[in-house]
Amino acid sequence: MSDYLTTIGLEVHAQVRTASKMFDACSTDYAGGAPNQCISVVSLGLPGALPVINQRAIELAALTGLAINCTVQLHSVFARKSYIYPDLPKGYQISQYDQPICTDGWITIEGDDGQPRRIGIERLHIEEDTGRLVHYPDGTSLIDYNRSGMPLMEIVSKPDIASPEEAKRYFQKLRQILMWIGVNSGNMEEGALRCDANVSVRPASQQAFGTKVEIKNMNSFRAVERALVYEVERQIDVLESGGSITQETRGWNEAQGITVGQRSKEFAHDYRYFAEPDLPPLIFEPAWVEARQAELPELPDVRCARFIADYALSQQDADLLTTDRAVADYFETAVDAARAIQGTPKDVANWILGEGFRLLNDSNEESTNLGTRMPVAHLINVMDLLAQGKITRTVAKQVFEASFQNGQPPDQIVAEQGLTQISDTDALATLAREVIANNPKAVDEYRRGKKTAIQFLVGQIMKATRGQANPQTARTVLEAELDTDA
Amino acid sequence: MELTLNEVEHMTRLARMRLSADEMERMREQLSAILDYIALLNEVDVSDVPPTAQVTGLSSVMREDTVLPSLPRNEVLAQSPDHAEGMFRVKAVFDD
Repeated sequence: MSDYLTTIGLEVHAQVRTASKMFDACSTDYAGGAPNQCISVVSLGLPGALPVINQRAIELAALTGLAINCTVQLHSVFARKSYIYPDLPKGYQISQYDQPICTDGWITIEGDDGQPRRIGIERLHIEEDTGRLVHYPDGTSLIDYNRSGMPLMEIVSKPDIASPEEAKRYFQKLRQILMWIGVNSGNMEEGALRCDANVSVRPASQQAFGTKVEIKNMNSFRAVERALVYEVERQIDVLESGGSITQETRGWNEAQGITVGQRSKEFAHDYRYFAEPDLPPLIFEPAWVEARQAELPELPDVRCARFIADYALSQQDADLLTTDRAVADYFETAVDAARAIQGTPKDVANWILGEGFRLLNDSNEESTNLGTRMPVAHLINVMDLLAQGKITRTVAKQVFEASFQNGQPPDQIVAEQGLTQISDTDALATLAREVIANNPKAVDEYRRGKKTAIQFLVGQIMKATRGQANPQTARTVLEAELDTDA
Repeated sequence: MELTLNEVEHMTRLARMRLSADEMERMREQLSAILDYIALLNEVDVSDVPPTAQVTGLSSVMREDTVLPSLPRNEVLAQSPDHAEGMFRVKAVFDD
């Protein structure tokens, strides 16, 4: 394997989150609904229908370009890409060709050596998505044009990716950024985010790139990695056995775990691009680009570094808290609120990453749900009850979970269920005497000098009080009882 | 410009058309004649003319991102040659 170098470039297609489609006023909100419920004369390509550019889609494409360090072009044009297939009723797709809206950017990923690595972005262009075909065994196809005309960005990387693992991390990083700035839902199952790859291998001693093969139909991060691992091995095997690589398009077959050549004759590429006559060029002033720059939020990498610097978080905690912008916002809001009760950022992080993420994970929910499941006020309330000694740590976790599940404020849960910490010495002394009477073995060990045996007895008191006893008081009381009885 | 039969066949494939041998030859002759006619434009000196794709002088014509109601699906489908399950029905282009 190490005798060969791998070169990968990714083409990512991302639907832009707008209310209406790219070139007409059809709704983009069709997911989960009936087919062909979001159609217009434009998305059906009816004769004479004229496209009109959705301004928000252009703004969001430029915003995305800035987020991935591209130059936003002050002059860009749309082009017709001609091909005959029923997913495109016009016989051509409106796209961009030689003058895309954004060019020449980069994002940073973690390289295979664990060090940051910069992956170049060739271009970002805007186009319209196609309809969806359902193939029937009887030789016909059914077409749903809901997706036809959805605003779509194609983001093309430079061939800077050196392994299938890096390809996966690049795609993950891009998704994180797209979702962070709110331009894409990140939903790969619904096809809102898709990925094709170009991959080649060459002997380490060879300068020129090997022949590249295009891989399609990878619908998850795992599929991207698996398909590329397979394809790299396949190409090396071909070269090792004295063969040569054919430039072709191959589809990833998830079930069989292999890539399969698609018949090239049927995919003859002769797109005959030319400038779209129905759409005048996009020409912007620098001030327009500056307005997009002003819309750009603090990006995940910058925020992660700031969390480490400002809040003394570990790299791992900061990474987890900045995976998703809603969680990062939640964290910072909670950190601010926690100041009033002397809660530290580390406390807040522990609650979110410990209990919060555990519960979200248990119910298979997106981390964006944290704020609705557990409003910041409720988190602060639990932390406050714990800090004031009104509840024990064990009870605090129970209350957090109950509040997360039923939405009740924590202090109300504590009051209704009588969970207040028991620090009353007399009440605990009674319990301590019972525990001592019922556990002669541990008592005996303790008295013969094994002082750690007291932990077991404290545990018995905690159990008897369902976690409500103040463990410190319980211990003191136990020690007093054991020492006087002796 | 003389087109070859191979070039005509390539075009029929891109256009998803099937032509007989006679039609293929007729198209070859007619398309060649059309190209010859258009080639007259090559005689004009355009060295001082920038490439022009637009003549309106307009730029950045855009609309607000607002939604209007969809066309009524059933009425649209009723005007199509064939439909099923709320979708347009066509012959499969590829048998894959």
